[in-house]
Amino acid sequence: MPPTPLLQATSITKSYAGLKALSNVSLELRAGEVHALIGENGAGKSTLIKIITGAVTADSGTLAVGGQAVAHNSPDISRALGIAAIYQQPSLFPHLTIAENIALAVESGSAWRRLDWTARARLAAGLLARAGASLDPGKLVGSLSMPEQQIVEIAKALGAEAKILIMDEPTASLSDREVESLFGVVALLRSQGVGIIYISHRLEEISAIADRVTVLRDGHTIATRDMQGVDRAELIRLMVGRELSAVFPKRQVPIGETVLRAVGLGSRAAGVHDITLEVRRGEILGLAGLVGSGRTQLAETIFGLTPADSGTMEVGESGALRIESPAAAIRHGIGYVPEDRRQHGIVLEMPIAANVSLANLASVSRAGLISETRECALAERYIGQLRVKTQSAHAEAGSLSGGNQQKVALARWLAIKPTVLILDEPTQGVDVGSKAEIHKLMCDLAEAGLAIIMISSELPEILGMSDRIAVMHAGTIAGFLSRAEATQHKILSLALGHEASPDMGQV
Amino acid sequence: MLERYRREISVAGAILALAVVLAFVAPGFFTLQNQTDLLLTNMPVLIVALGMTLVILAGQIDISVGSVFAICGVAAGVLAKMGLPTPIAGLAACAIGAAFGALNGALVAYVRIPSIVVTLAMMVALRDGLRWTTQGAWIQNLPPDFQWFGLSQSASQSATFFCAVLLLFGFAWGLRNLAAGRAVYATGSNADAARLSGIHPNLVTCAVFIVTGTLTGFAAMLNSVRFNQIPSNAGLGLELKVIAAVVVGGTAITGGKGTILGTLLGMILLGMIGPALTFLGVSAYWERAIQGVIILAAVAVDALRARSGRYAGSPAPAGA
Repeated sequence: MPPTPLLQATSITKSYAGLKALSNVSLELRAGEVHALIGENGAGKSTLIKIITGAVTADSGTLAVGGQAVAHNSPDISRALGIAAIYQQPSLFPHLTIAENIALAVESGSAWRRLDWTARARLAAGLLARAGASLDPGKLVGSLSMPEQQIVEIAKALGAEAKILIMDEPTASLSDREVESLFGVVALLRSQGVGIIYISHRLEEISAIADRVTVLRDGHTIATRDMQGVDRAELIRLMVGRELSAVFPKRQVPIGETVLRAVGLGSRAAGVHDITLEVRRGEILGLAGLVGSGRTQLAETIFGLTPADSGTMEVGESGALRIESPAAAIRHGIGYVPEDRRQHGIVLEMPIAANVSLANLASVSRAGLISETRECALAERYIGQLRVKTQSAHAEAGSLSGGNQQKVALARWLAIKPTVLILDEPTQGVDVGSKAEIHKLMCDLAEAGLAIIMISSELPEILGMSDRIAVMHAGTIAGFLSRAEATQHKILSLALGHEASPDMGQV
Repeated sequence: MLERYRREISVAGAILALAVVLAFVAPGFFTLQNQTDLLLTNMPVLIVALGMTLVILAGQIDISVGSVFAICGVAAGVLAKMGLPTPIAGLAACAIGAAFGALNGALVAYVRIPSIVVTLAMMVALRDGLRWTTQGAWIQNLPPDFQWFGLSQSASQSATFFCAVLLLFGFAWGLRNLAAGRAVYATGSNADAARLSGIHPNLVTCAVFIVTGTLTGFAAMLNSVRFNQIPSNAGLGLELKVIAAVVVGGTAITGGKGTILGTLLGMILLGMIGPALTFLGVSAYWERAIQGVIILAAVAVDALRARSGRYAGSPAPAGA
C-alpha cells in the first residue's frame, strides 16, 4: 500500500460569477516530492493554490491533508495544517530585520508577552541554516537581494513547520545563478521530507527539478505524469491542445506601407533589448508572450514612457528618431491604451468630454483656447461611434461602468488620429459582448489604415485577430509567425524559449 | 448643469441665508464702510487662495504661504526703505515669492518629498528665520510714497480691488479654457493617465507652486501698503484661512476637482462669519469654532458623495 499522500485535492470545482475556473481538478502531493503544476495563463493554477491555502473556498470537492479531510479551510487553518506558500514577490516587511520577519510568522501568544530577542535571533539563524543560507538575522529585509528574500520566505515556512510548500513562480525575478542556489534549497527541503508544489512557466526548470507534473488547461486536470519519460514537446502539447472557442470577426484588409519600424531597440530600465519589428498600415500585429516576458515594457519603450537607450525607431517617413516622452510619441501619431485603464487610462473626476480631448487639446482649441462646443462635438462623435452608454458628454467618467470607461480611454487615443495604436490587453476583464465589439472596432480601424499592435495573453485572441504575431521571451522577440503558419503550439514554444520546430506544428 | 455646480450653489445658498439673517437682525453689517473694510481685509487672502486652488487641484498642498507672505511683505518694505521705487519693491516681493514657490515645487516634483512635509518645513524655517533676522521688529519709517503706492487711499483701494477682480476672472477663465488649466486637473486626478496623455505632471506640479508663491508675494505687497509699518509676523494662520476657503468651496483635497468660483464663495462665507458674529452680539471667540464646523461639514459632504457617486459595479479605491 502506498504511503498516505501529504495533500490530496479531489474533484475541486470553483466558479466565479458563473464562469468555471476549475472543474473536477485533482492533485496529489507526496512527502519528499517536487510536484510541478503547469498550464497557460488562466488555466486555473492560481485558483487551485488559493483553495489549498484557504484564501478562497471551493464550490465542491474535497481536500485532505495527511489523510485527514479538511472540512472548512481558511488561511489560518491551512497554516496550522503546515501549508505555506511563497509567491513571485516576497511578502515581507522591509523595515524589519530577518529575525523579526520570521518571528512574526512563527511566534504566537498574547500581545503583551515579553519578547525574547536572543531566542528570536537563535531561531532565525537555525531556520536560515536549514534553508541552506548563512544570513545575519539582524539584517534588515529591505537590504536583501530578491533570492535572499525568497530564502527568508522559505525560512518562515520552515519555522511554521510547513510540510507542504507551494512555490508560485519563485524564479521569475531571479538570475540564472540565483535560480541554481534556490534549486539547491529545494533539493534540501525535499530530502527533509517536505512536499513542494512548484509552479513555473519555465519548462527547463521543471525538467530539472520536478519529480512529477500535473498539467491544467481551461480549469481541467489534463494529466499527471512522472517527469522521467515526458519531454517538453509532450508538455507543451498537453498545455495547449484546445480548439479556438470564439469566432473572431477578422477581415482581411489590404496591408500598406510600413508606418513604424524599430531596429535593435532596447531600454535597460524597461528590461527589453534588441527589438526589431515593423508594423504596416492596416496590419494588426499581435504581441504574444508569457506574463513577465516584456510585452508591456516594449510598448512603454515605443511610447516613450521608458525611453529607449539603444537602437532606433522610424515613424512613417520620419527617419531615425528617439522618442523620449509620451508627448513626443503623441506628436508622431502613436497612441497607447494601457492595460490597467482604471489606473492609467482614465481621469475619473473629469467629464467624458475632457477625457476624450485630453491627449489632443489642440484639435478642440482655437488660438490656444479650448472650445467647449468643439470638445463636446468630438466627444459626442466617439460616444456614438463606440456606443458609450451615457446620458451626456458632461457626465463624470467615474460614473460609467467598467466597459464604458474602457471605451472612453480608447476614444482619447482615436481622437489623436494616430497612425499606430498600441492596445495592451484590450479585452481583459471585458464581458463577451463588449469583447466582440472591441474586436470589430479593431478591424474597422485597421481597415481605415491604422497600424495596430495588440498585446494579449489570450492565445485564441492573438491567433484570431493578428495578421502577424511577434512572440516575446525574456525581454526580446523570440520570433515572428505569419497568420497562416501560427498555431498555439508554435506560439507557446517560442514564448517558452524554444525554437518552433516543424514537428511541433501538428497538434 | 445644476448637478455640476452643486457645491457652488449650496455655498451660495448659505451665504444668502446668512445675509438674510443679518439684514433683519443687524442691518449695520451692510453699511458701505463695513463692506469695504471686509473686502479690503480679505482681498490678499483671496489672491493667495487662487494659487492654493491650483495647488490643491494638482493634488498637493502648500502650508508655507503664511510665512512666505510675511517674508515678501518685509522684503518689500526693506527694499523700499533702501530707496527702490515702490513698484519695483512690489515686483521684488513677487519674485521672492516665486523663488520660494519654485523651491517648494522642485522639492515636491523632482525630489519627490510629499508637499505637506516640504511646505511644513518651509513654513517653520521661513517664519523663524524671519523672526531671527528682524528680531521681531516691525519695518517702520517707510518712505512716504510706499503707503497706498503714493496714491490717495481710495484710488489705491480701487486699484487693489481691480487687480483682485482681474486675477479672479483670469484664473477662473484660464483654468477652464486653457490647456494648461486642463493639465492641472488631469495631474491632480490621475497623474499616470496625464503622463500617458503627453502632459508633464512634474512640470505642472512645479508650476502651481511657483504661481502660488508669486501670488503670495503680490498679496503681501497689497497688504503692506495699507499701513505705515509692516509687521514681521504678518500672515500668521494665513495658510489655514486660505486652505479652508478652497476646501469649503468644494475643491477636493485629494485633487482633480474644484473651481475658482467655489473658492470665491468659500472665501466670502468664511470671511463673513467673524464680523457677522460681532454684529449678532456673539463673542468673536466662536469664529474659529464655527469655521471649523463649516470645514468639517464641507469635507464630510464630499466624502459621503464620493462614496455614493461612483459606479456601483466597481469598488471605490481604498482611502477615498
